[in-house]
Amino acid sequence: MPRNPQLNARGELQHLLSIEGLPREILTQILDTAESFVGVTEREVKKVPLLRGKSVFNLFFESSTRTRTTFEIAAKRLSADVINLNIATSSQSKGESLLDTVANLSAMQADVFVVRHASSGAPFLVARHVKPHEHVINAGDGRHAHPTQGLLDLYTIRHYKREFGGLVVAVVGDVLHSRVARSLIHGLTTLGVPEVRVIGPQTLLPAGVEALGVRVFHDMSAGLRDADVIVMLRLQNERMTGALLPSAQEYFMKYGLTAEKLALAKPDVIVMHPGPMNRGVEIDSSVADGPRSVILPQVTYGIAVRMAVMSIVAGN
Amino acid sequence: MRILIRNGRLVDPASGRDAPGELLLADGRIAALDGEARGASAEQVIDAQGLVVAPGLIDLSARLREPGYEFKATLESEMEAAVAGGVTSLACPPDTDPPLDEPGLVDMLRRRAKALARARVYPIGALTVKLEGARLTEMAELAAAGCVAFSQANVGITDTQVLWRALQYAATFGYSVWLRAEDRWLAGGGVAHDGEVATRLGLAGIPVFAETVALATLIELVRATGTRVHVCRLSSAAGVELVRAARREALPITCDIGIHHAHLSEIDLGYFDAQCRLDPPLRSRRDREALAQALADGTIDCAVSDHTPVDDDHKLLPFGEAEPGATGLELLLPLTLKWGGERRLGLAQTLARVTSEPARILGVGAGRLAAGAPGDVIVFDPDAPFRVLPGALKSQGKNSPFLGYELAGRVRSTLVAGRVVYAQP
Repeated sequence: MPRNPQLNARGELQHLLSIEGLPREILTQILDTAESFVGVTEREVKKVPLLRGKSVFNLFFESSTRTRTTFEIAAKRLSADVINLNIATSSQSKGESLLDTVANLSAMQADVFVVRHASSGAPFLVARHVKPHEHVINAGDGRHAHPTQGLLDLYTIRHYKREFGGLVVAVVGDVLHSRVARSLIHGLTTLGVPEVRVIGPQTLLPAGVEALGVRVFHDMSAGLRDADVIVMLRLQNERMTGALLPSAQEYFMKYGLTAEKLALAKPDVIVMHPGPMNRGVEIDSSVADGPRSVILPQVTYGIAVRMAVMSIVAGN
Repeated sequence: MRILIRNGRLVDPASGRDAPGELLLADGRIAALDGEARGASAEQVIDAQGLVVAPGLIDLSARLREPGYEFKATLESEMEAAVAGGVTSLACPPDTDPPLDEPGLVDMLRRRAKALARARVYPIGALTVKLEGARLTEMAELAAAGCVAFSQANVGITDTQVLWRALQYAATFGYSVWLRAEDRWLAGGGVAHDGEVATRLGLAGIPVFAETVALATLIELVRATGTRVHVCRLSSAAGVELVRAARREALPITCDIGIHHAHLSEIDLGYFDAQCRLDPPLRSRRDREALAQALADGTIDCAVSDHTPVDDDHKLLPFGEAEPGATGLELLLPLTLKWGGERRLGLAQTLARVTSEPARILGVGAGRLAAGAPGDVIVFDPDAPFRVLPGALKSQGKNSPFLGYELAGRVRSTLVAGRVVYAQP
């Protein structure tokens, strides 16, 4: 196996491509740094000069509003110049290859590439071909990873639960297609969460998912019992068109989070969702907007976490 | 032209012979061995001191990319690669553009290959028109033009009625049918073995039962039709077991693997290494072990290079978007030697998998060192090390999972029809 391409020769974070393979110390460093930035985002002047003079290119080969916006805000709060490229509608549709696009932007003196792509592994390919002073941050690749989302989930869990030891975390829904689930699971197991559960029908769980270090439940009630944290995954509408699920109604009946099912978890459980939510498909509005939901704070922490990641990979 | 090869270690996989000796080639054929050869006069003498003299390799799957994909490779470049790799006969699958479904195309390919006078080229005709799996090709016409078998390349036939009729029709005239065993619906959209690595990397999986379901169908149809079927590129332990059972019943089924499947597994995908994007996919270590073992015990008849030159534009892409395939003609010998060494097989037994066994499936007289056999011979150093680097490959395809590997086994001379077509500079 080649050297972990995210780390430089000194074992420091050169790119953030995946949570898998990152040592606990680096994850903790990111979370601690994020904590120091939460204060910044609450100040009247929400800027620090850590990336002044640096250029951050948001390269989104797949459309996104929220993730791109939070990366943009994070970069601006670090005083970087931000260039947004929505490539889903530009050069790739003219046939330019991923590496050609990156080479052209590199010629415009980029420092950080924030890459989202529909193909698993695309940011690894970019990272192999950028110049030594350039950094790549994965903003979501196919089904593979969404490490900043995973980190903000970890941040949120640490904020509310203080410690990872002793927790039961249940991840519910379409794990098969979810980069969010993969990143979070790696983060949780690395930080010492003793029990990570995945809950879903067989059609939405990948082959051999147990190898990721999780317990598999098909019965949601059993899976939620005594959970400290529930992470609901988004269910894409197109899953209903194939042979994976019969209907949104039946999915909600079996795997939707309702107040009744929530009562099986610990009284101080927190409910998370990476967004955007499908109310009435994977989560009931009364739960999404209820007292156990931390879905909006997740978004706030997302900015601090992305500031932390960018300042660690690109700051001196 | 008479050529005498002296002082070499003559290895003949067909007879099991492995002993020093002399070999005389005349009139395009092997004229004599040992005593009869020793005193013979010859225009050219090749000193094979310290080297192995063996039949040229016979590769049952090498894509030359003509017609249609000349930007990936040309007949000129790939025929040079073949003889540099010691491959003296190769069968090329019909997935060109247009596919080899018309006698004219087959005829043109054979003429072009013949004019280059390098390795012998055996075209495999398309089993269905445009490989679409709907209408049968004119198999008799294609056979008359030089097709040695019929195939769908990597494109399966989904309609089992068509598959059944195609096998029946081929059996009528005694043609062999070479098919991949992969259920297109079960494999649909997949890019990697449906296992631990694909789950971790978030790659769409191709389950093992995509192979076994198709294989079970194929075996039943062979039982019904009696067609000679060669199963191409097995990839799983479960697939090997099905073939083993079919052979116990003496069904006319043979099979091969791509030689890379004897060495690599899903683990080698590492961090999305598109060089390991292959069709069929690299499977688990247990599968690799079963394939390497079955190649040794003869359940798998032969190994092929599955040579598929891919240009950078189609390889330097995210894993799932990259075109499957690896260059292989120049690596078939060293990778076969590596496999044989790891299994502690003798050289004759090792080389049988890429000489006499594929010759039997192809129905040709080559693949052996015997008086009267075609003069297709290689002289090689089994221990000469070399590093697999793009610049060291004559193939236009520089794509290989083995880039950077240190392998052993270098061809010094290649002779086809009694003529030297390659000599190491």
